[in-house]
Amino acid sequence: MASLNLLIVVCLVYVALLFAVAFMAERAALRGRAAFLRSSVVYTLSLSIYCTAWTFYGAVGYAARSGMEYLTIYLGPTLVMVGWWWVLRKLVRIGRTQRITSVADLISSRYGKSNTLAVFVTALAVIGTTPYIALQLQSVTLSFASFARADPSSAVPADSRSTALWVAMGLAFFTILFGTRNLDANERHHGVVMAIALEAVVKLFALLAVGVFVVWGVGGGIEATLARIDASEIGQWQMDGGRWAGLTMLSAAAFLTLPRMFQVLVVENEDEHQLRTASWAFPAYLMAMSLFVVPIAVVGLEVLPPGANPDQFVLTVPLSQGQDKLAMLSFLGGFSSATSMVIVAAIALSTMVSNHVVMPIWLRFAGGGAAVAGDVRHLVLLARRVSIAVILGLGYLYYRVSGGGTALAAIGLVSFAGVAQFLPALMGGIFWRGATRIGALAGLGTGFVIWCYSLLLPSFGGGILMTDAVMAYGPWGIAWLRPQALFGIEGLDPLVHAVMWSLGLNTVVFVTGSLLSFPQPLERLQGAQFVNVFEHSGNPQSWSGGTAQSEDLLIMAQRMMGPAQAQALFQAEAARQGLAGYLPEPTPEFLQRLERELSGAVGAATAHAMVGQIMGAATVSVEDLLAVADETAQMMEYSSQLEAKSAELTRIAGQLREANEKLTKLSVQKDAFLSQISHELRTPMTSIRAFSEILRDAPDLSSHDMTKYASIIHDEALRLTRLLDDLLDLSVLESGQVSLNMRDGRLVSVIDQAVAAAGVAEERLTIRRDRTREDIGLTSDLDRLAQVFINLIANARKYCDATAPLLSIEVAQRGNAVVVDFVDNGAGIPTDSQALVFEKFSRVAEGESAGGAGLGLAICREIMARLGGEITYLPGQGGAAFRVILPVAAMRAAQ
Amino acid sequence: MSESSNALFLERRSYRQRRLMDALRLLPVLGAFLWAVPLLWSDAAAGGEGVATSRAMLYIFGVWALLALLAWALSSRLDRSPEKTDAPGGG
Amino acid sequence: MGKHVLVIEDEPNIIEAISFILMRDGWAVHTHSNGNDAVAAVAAHDPDLVILDVMLPGRSGYDILTDLRAAPATRDLPVLMLTARGQAKDRELAERLGASRFMTKPFSNAEVLEALRDLVPS
Repeated sequence: MASLNLLIVVCLVYVALLFAVAFMAERAALRGRAAFLRSSVVYTLSLSIYCTAWTFYGAVGYAARSGMEYLTIYLGPTLVMVGWWWVLRKLVRIGRTQRITSVADLISSRYGKSNTLAVFVTALAVIGTTPYIALQLQSVTLSFASFARADPSSAVPADSRSTALWVAMGLAFFTILFGTRNLDANERHHGVVMAIALEAVVKLFALLAVGVFVVWGVGGGIEATLARIDASEIGQWQMDGGRWAGLTMLSAAAFLTLPRMFQVLVVENEDEHQLRTASWAFPAYLMAMSLFVVPIAVVGLEVLPPGANPDQFVLTVPLSQGQDKLAMLSFLGGFSSATSMVIVAAIALSTMVSNHVVMPIWLRFAGGGAAVAGDVRHLVLLARRVSIAVILGLGYLYYRVSGGGTALAAIGLVSFAGVAQFLPALMGGIFWRGATRIGALAGLGTGFVIWCYSLLLPSFGGGILMTDAVMAYGPWGIAWLRPQALFGIEGLDPLVHAVMWSLGLNTVVFVTGSLLSFPQPLERLQGAQFVNVFEHSGNPQSWSGGTAQSEDLLIMAQRMMGPAQAQALFQAEAARQGLAGYLPEPTPEFLQRLERELSGAVGAATAHAMVGQIMGAATVSVEDLLAVADETAQMMEYSSQLEAKSAELTRIAGQLREANEKLTKLSVQKDAFLSQISHELRTPMTSIRAFSEILRDAPDLSSHDMTKYASIIHDEALRLTRLLDDLLDLSVLESGQVSLNMRDGRLVSVIDQAVAAAGVAEERLTIRRDRTREDIGLTSDLDRLAQVFINLIANARKYCDATAPLLSIEVAQRGNAVVVDFVDNGAGIPTDSQALVFEKFSRVAEGESAGGAGLGLAICREIMARLGGEITYLPGQGGAAFRVILPVAAMRAAQ
Repeated sequence: MSESSNALFLERRSYRQRRLMDALRLLPVLGAFLWAVPLLWSDAAAGGEGVATSRAMLYIFGVWALLALLAWALSSRLDRSPEKTDAPGGG
Repeated sequence: MGKHVLVIEDEPNIIEAISFILMRDGWAVHTHSNGNDAVAAVAAHDPDLVILDVMLPGRSGYDILTDLRAAPATRDLPVLMLTARGQAKDRELAERLGASRFMTKPFSNAEVLEALRDLVPS
């Protein structure tokens, strides 16, 4: 016999399994091994939250009562799915490009990021969904009760109220745990999606199992079962044509607008290929779910006593046949249906409530201090968690108040009709650029009022919220205002009547309002963005930069997105703009991107408002700007694109001009350099050629002259070689390809080496040194350093014009550097030439001939730069004075 | 020569893709039409000779399976990146 | 004594070579190695011909040539310009400024002598 205790154990194990699956999926996503989480199969299965407990249990009851009509609930979504190319593809693309977080966010964002609209849609969604949650709690409770009745050992029937409470609390816990793990809606709820995908499999399997049992185990095969069906009280096609068509349309509309469906269809969508698979797989799923409904209903009607609740046939038929395990499975299927719906609905609604109700209120009270007030991230998460608890609490309360009676069973379609009111604004928003905020508000309002009046209030049953008199004769006896016969149209099915009037007038008012009103610029831009989402991926110009403080924006973004993510975003943007650090220029593009990132966390309207607070009056200025260019939104876009392009062109032109100037300058320098080289090469060659011709052509030369001229040729050839060596040396140094041979040594020995190599020994130049002060250890390219010293000593030797030339080499340690000064007692270098001495081919001294080509000091400068030091001319020392500075890295502690 | 035949191939391919999208767009219309047929069936409640529920089920589920099958066939033949059908494909 | 030539050039080896060649050919040679007072040197020596280097310390050969052409006494004085910067624009500039002949270093001794004979027919 079915044991209630066993059921509870199985149920708890199942719940534990769901937690484990969700937890593992979150872990896998964190580790980046989430490929399977993004698979089309998981996406398709997650769509199955459309099939709630109302359809799992209720479809059979529905069939038992009304025959084939239950199918309409599935036909509508099937048509929407196979027609994905029309609507879903566009919704998904818009959802991704605009980072939409909910159906309220989409509508608000489309109509100029209007928060009024968002609040309205949120309120309507909460009103429409709360009874639906209550319905799920009821179905779980009822199925427990069915088991309890079948279990003789449970003396005390399970308290239905406490069951509902426990279920509600458990669901709240699960949803808060896995549904509010992260703030960014674009970081999808992998754990939740995985869990509901598992539940989708369980419920399909359970229903199919019961169906197979009923057809082959009880019905006696397909033929026999079909015969039973035809012989039953629903054996003939009985259909109100209006309901058939109306309900199909209604379910199609609700499929798109139900907050939980929007959540899984659009928000949790990872890429459009998922949609492609779902377009055939989800209809197939729905077909499988509804395949055995009629057989179960017929067999249930046959085998169970009259008066048995057909809503529980899925459970009670196996129980009555002694199939406890099958019943247990069936219970888990129903439990899965109920819980997955509640979880997703709670996530969707809590996102809407926190983004569109809590955050705007907080923003208003926080005043202008969006950037400096408390931690927004925690606030948003807290708001969502509280919202989830409140929504589930509301569902439980509704269940308690309504008493869990049959009135609740009808609420499914009432709820559908309620959320279907979003349809005109939603479809108009993505297909018609002329749709305006005013139109959407008016249409939604109209639809909502009619829905309440003609469907919601009467649904509570006569006399509760609407008196029988009003139902029968209209308010104050006005007959054409009778809730179920508006404008005197009688004889319609109440549901079809309500749907027709509410959606019809909703649409009419929406269209009329849109035609008569004038959209704000932002609305028109967003409209163009949404309607033409496939044509361009650009975005409306929504902020003009300049006044926003990047730092304030960063502070705010950190609070919203978390520091790491915000800093990464800002740094990437700064890098893109060519800036270092974390603070990019608040360009319109950046502000727009930031706003979109933020809207992933708090919704478009709130993100807009928050950036707006920091931007100060920028909102107004943008709208003014747009109003000035009062053409169509299309033209606005083109012009803003053109503007961006022309700015880009200006920038590129500037870069080109700069590059051109640089090239011109380089070219002039190159010309001068070539001209110099030409001169330096041709001069010795002139002497060589002239004297070699003389030697060749003058046979009568004295041997003295011959020797003299030959040695001139020799000297000039050496001069050429030196020049070429210097040029090559310089070119290697300048190109940075020189390889330095760093080693340890002592300064004194480097100077010794230089003095010896400079060939001052046989000259009259005296060198004054202080060898003890020179005794400093250093790490450098000692040969290159010696080359610098040799050049300086040789210069003094050549150019010092004092009668008793004297060169002082003075070493000092200044701070972190070693300073070596070379000072002679000559005339020095004229002030106006001092700046030029290190340039190539600059020869200051007059009459100098057979010396260097003027490259020596240029080479010294390059060497010192490579060694990390520098060489400068030191004015005011009485003679020519050069200072060589060696960096601290080159110096080691003197012993 | 090879260049022009290549272009022709691409055009034809792009043309096929476009017609495939047309077919996808028509699919829900077809479904709605076929499922509207039961509206014409005589209603047993109205006293006429009703259609047996088993036959009604066969029809409705048959249409259902057909739609799912067509959706599968069309979707799987669609290029992976539908918006880029005009761009030359990889060589 | 033959014709009188003034060589304005700063490279000692080149001065020596030119002097040697010209003296062997029968010219009277004076030399000057500075740009600053070259115009005064011309006036002082009153040569039949001037060999003028372009790159001189102090003052460029072009400036000296301009001065020479501006003064009535030296307006028609034959001037052979020598330059080590062998670019086309240097030649153009020299000819525009009124150089009688323009030669690029390194030159052939024979060419120099030929040019001189051309400019100052004996």
